[in-house]
Amino acid sequence: MSAELVFGLYIFVLAGFLGNLVISKVPPLLHTPLMAGTNAISGISLVGSLVAAGGGYGQVSTWLGFVAVTCATINAVGGFMITDRMLKMFKKRGPGSAEPKPGKH
Amino acid sequence: MPTDLTSFIPLAYLIASVCFILTLLLLSSPKHARLGNLLGSVGMLVAVVATLVHRDIITYKWIVPGLIVGSMIGASMAAWIPMTKMPERIALSHCFGGLAAALVGVAEYIHHGSEIHRFTMGALGLEVFLGFLTFTGSLMAYGKLQGIISGAPLTYKGQNYSNIAMFFAALVLLVLLVRDPSQGALFYAMGGLGLALGVLFVLPIGGADMPVVISLLNSYAGLAASATGFALGNYVLIIAGALDGTSGFLLSLKMSKAMNRSFSNVLFGAFGTGDANPATAAAGAANATYNQATVEDAVQVLEASQQVIIVPGYGMAVSQAQHAVRDLAQALEAKGATVKYAIHPVAGRMPGHMNVLLAEANVPYDQLFDLDEINDEFPRTDAVLVVGANDVVNPAAKTNPQSPIFGMPVFNVEAARAVIVLKRSFNTGFSGIENELFGKPNTMMVLGDAKQTIKELFAGVKG
Repeated sequence: MSAELVFGLYIFVLAGFLGNLVISKVPPLLHTPLMAGTNAISGISLVGSLVAAGGGYGQVSTWLGFVAVTCATINAVGGFMITDRMLKMFKKRGPGSAEPKPGKH
Repeated sequence: MPTDLTSFIPLAYLIASVCFILTLLLLSSPKHARLGNLLGSVGMLVAVVATLVHRDIITYKWIVPGLIVGSMIGASMAAWIPMTKMPERIALSHCFGGLAAALVGVAEYIHHGSEIHRFTMGALGLEVFLGFLTFTGSLMAYGKLQGIISGAPLTYKGQNYSNIAMFFAALVLLVLLVRDPSQGALFYAMGGLGLALGVLFVLPIGGADMPVVISLLNSYAGLAASATGFALGNYVLIIAGALDGTSGFLLSLKMSKAMNRSFSNVLFGAFGTGDANPATAAAGAANATYNQATVEDAVQVLEASQQVIIVPGYGMAVSQAQHAVRDLAQALEAKGATVKYAIHPVAGRMPGHMNVLLAEANVPYDQLFDLDEINDEFPRTDAVLVVGANDVVNPAAKTNPQSPIFGMPVFNVEAARAVIVLKRSFNTGFSGIENELFGKPNTMMVLGDAKQTIKELFAGVKG
């Protein structure tokens, strides 16, 4: 087994444990933003796509890389934007609506 | 000084990794979540900029158009997609994520060809297989959510066996490839198996099980990204993929648990098909005694209530009734009633679906309660308003061992003084299970489009 593989596995396993700890603290209230957010984070595959598209790999690979860059960018850019759009909506009861407004009797 | 810049790249990736972990950490409370999200996007920017100066990149000819087109599509989707379409948008983004990982894998394989290292070959194989599986699986999930493909489970004989056989075939191909990476045909056959399995794996799963499937595809997309990281020797990819993978996996476990079904039952069970359930047929005969009520009856009950609990379900999303629900709740509060919302973990088509819709309608999140938090309150509640929810309020889950949903944790709505159920028709819900709640003496059924009915209730309560 190469040292590189073992080191990669170390990182993978430890990141998995850390993820487990951190994500189990996310309340059900925010499960949709969690999903959208992790999706944005996995848009990091953009980093790999960039090398495929710009590494001078030959025509076919470059084209595949171009499509991959486009797809990953959609997730990276759109993912953070839509997560923010969602998170912006979550509000605690504001001072205006804290007390029931005087009703008509 | 490109070499000097290049030496900073690993550091940039470390910064990005820390940012991503902080993003998830800050998601533990809605107060700081936005800051976390901002940090995540900064991390992404740092990683991308660092990669762009990488010496491996010799031309920007295809990178720049890709970045521009992707940003335009991503930004416009994020800005304009309605909140009710969030499950569809999440399914699509898994689709893009899977495709990106798979295509990078194919590009790397073509580039390196038979020169490839065995270990890299294994990682590339997994990346391409998982990536393509996520791609077609998510497309199917999208089609089901969007109604392009029937939401009902599609099954045929021996389905599970053929899926498992295909999975093992892919595994065998992977082993052969690691032994001899020059076998290009095997590599593409494995990608093909991934594409086919994605379709076959999601088709038999019904719409009501979508929360589990979407979470699982989230997990696969993450694992595909991690495999990319192994293939490229890129640690930020491994870390981000591992975080995404665990997140999706944990969510799918939670969702299965909220339905009291094992993971494998959701994946291989094809809910609501197959043998006709005797309990379903028997209960069907008793449905003549539904207590149909008018809007006026419901208004009377609501006006006399001190505490009202609203139970939203997928029907609220379908009729886009969240704003109308909020108006009605505020009108009731203005009359002095306390209004709470009871949110079941699997209500809707994805984890947290109802919370997002109600947040969009400006319902404060301290009014939203989980199953465990609110289930004891129903006996003290005057009226429960069920808006397009069905299985999550079905008492058969507690009382009828024959029922397919027996054991699933549900709301004790029948313990309230009155239950008002808003429903489109007397048809059984998605799972095709009869709901004996509808025949209880304290239940009132108001038929019609949820949004329209709630608007009428609002007018009645206000006027």
